[in-house]
Amino acid sequence: MTATADASTTIVLHGRCVVPGRAEGEALVTRDRISGWGGIDSRTGTVVETRHELRGVSFAGKVLVFPGAKGSSGWSNAFHLTRVLGVAPAALLFNEMTTKIALGAVVTRAPALTDFDRDPLECITTGDWVRVDADAGVVEITKRRPAT
Amino acid sequence: MQLTAEERAMADGRDGPAVARAMDLLLRYGRALGAERLVETRNVVASVSATTPFMREFARREGGMDAVYSQFSLDSDEVVAIPPVRTRAMHTQLGFAPDSAAQMGVDVATVQFYRQGEAFTRALGIESANTCTPYQVGNEPAFGEHCAWMESSAVVYCNSVLGARTNTEGRESVGAAMLTARIPYWGFHVDENRRGTHRVVLDVALDSNADWGLFGYWLGEQVQERVPVVEGVRAKPDLERLKHFGAAASSSGGVELYHLVGITPEAPTLAAAFGGRAPADTLVYGEAERRATHAQINATASETKVDYVMLGCPHYTLAQLRDAARLLAGRRVHADCALWIFTPRAIKTQADAEGTTRAIEAAGGCVMTDSCSAMSRAAPRGTRVVALDSAKQAHYLPAILGVQAWFGSTADCIEAACSGRWSGAYR
Repeated sequence: MTATADASTTIVLHGRCVVPGRAEGEALVTRDRISGWGGIDSRTGTVVETRHELRGVSFAGKVLVFPGAKGSSGWSNAFHLTRVLGVAPAALLFNEMTTKIALGAVVTRAPALTDFDRDPLECITTGDWVRVDADAGVVEITKRRPAT
Repeated sequence: MQLTAEERAMADGRDGPAVARAMDLLLRYGRALGAERLVETRNVVASVSATTPFMREFARREGGMDAVYSQFSLDSDEVVAIPPVRTRAMHTQLGFAPDSAAQMGVDVATVQFYRQGEAFTRALGIESANTCTPYQVGNEPAFGEHCAWMESSAVVYCNSVLGARTNTEGRESVGAAMLTARIPYWGFHVDENRRGTHRVVLDVALDSNADWGLFGYWLGEQVQERVPVVEGVRAKPDLERLKHFGAAASSSGGVELYHLVGITPEAPTLAAAFGGRAPADTLVYGEAERRATHAQINATASETKVDYVMLGCPHYTLAQLRDAARLLAGRRVHADCALWIFTPRAIKTQADAEGTTRAIEAAGGCVMTDSCSAMSRAAPRGTRVVALDSAKQAHYLPAILGVQAWFGSTADCIEAACSGRWSGAYR
């Protein structure tokens, strides 16, 4: 199923559109679920949860790749505020569908996809350049060149 | 998504722009979920409050409370006039306690703005219950009733104890549900998603609210957002125990529905709770798990000098307030410690009338409403170590306030408040 334009540098994933739109940016990948209320600082777009692997890291303008949402029903509002304050992620790619993440993605208005043909957590690394075309259900990943 | 003629008319603007905006949000949300249709709901638990300086400024700049509702409850950049709600709607807890604002360090302008907002939402028809426990102040949906509730501890109670049906909704979806009486038909609204996934064997007696809190905390971590079915409950739990249990399970994990065999309404038998499905796994909670969970939840605490005791997560019942007053009888809260107890407004009114509030205050404690320390991020000045009888609050407060948290029984907590020292031990 997976088309590869350039086997050495580019990977293409297909998924289901959650929020339409197109965006591109640098990937920020975490294997930890993300909490909204109490888990992020909506003023800076930074993860603040104790023991989270992204603690202190900002997702503003990034293509956020994560398993899914957890925690309070304030999830959507916390991400809604990141959009109003200009620090929302550029796009959301995730695996586990819940009401928290569906509503959160909708009100963040960032293009979002789920139900991929390959696990984005396996295919995408922080720092990769990712083009998201949610309308077409396509994610194109350009792997970051290894440091020389 | 498939819409009824009524829903199509609302979406097309028959009932004005706010209702049309609400339908637009519900359709975007429903498509995101992969829902095929909406379901009618007449029972919404919502947050529409504006309790921060940011919201005050937003309202001033963008067009008042209509603008706040349009943006943060309907996801609409266009400011639309908000009509009265079409469902029963009850407000959840707030970001501070308006009657104790000074004690919480909230400035006068924020309180004044909140009061204006409360007048606005009352005019819409939203009940200012301001509690995480709507089910103890008159909102007890019927078995099978479709609801749209916020607040994870209320959601798990609604689904599991009452057998009503709700997902964990957010501010925008309930904002839309109140104006349309609709919510996506998905998740726990659907029969097959309410069946158990994991079998849990209880191999230890649970004799207190704290015991049920510990069990819930362990369970949430084990099953995350799946549906556990618990066997082996010896003494039937009451409202308080189930309140502490569900709140803990929905904090350490994302449990929105559990079944207790022979106790909760969708689990007359083990087989009924699973509905023909085979359990994905069987887990056992015994003495070793209980002990390990107690150690885990107390892991942030090392100093025994306690600065602050917070009770009322989830909001205390009247019986719990009376218990606290009884434990405080003839004693005083230590000069270097503070005791704040949170309860719904409606229950504080009763506690005031019967003298329970006075008894707690006479001992140096405070009875507060509408909020809690996790929601308000407020604690007495200089607090470094807290004592709690809630596993949920013990989960959140160290992260939110950067404090050490001791977890124990209500009696342990009252003892800490009066002695200024933590002496609770594993029992």
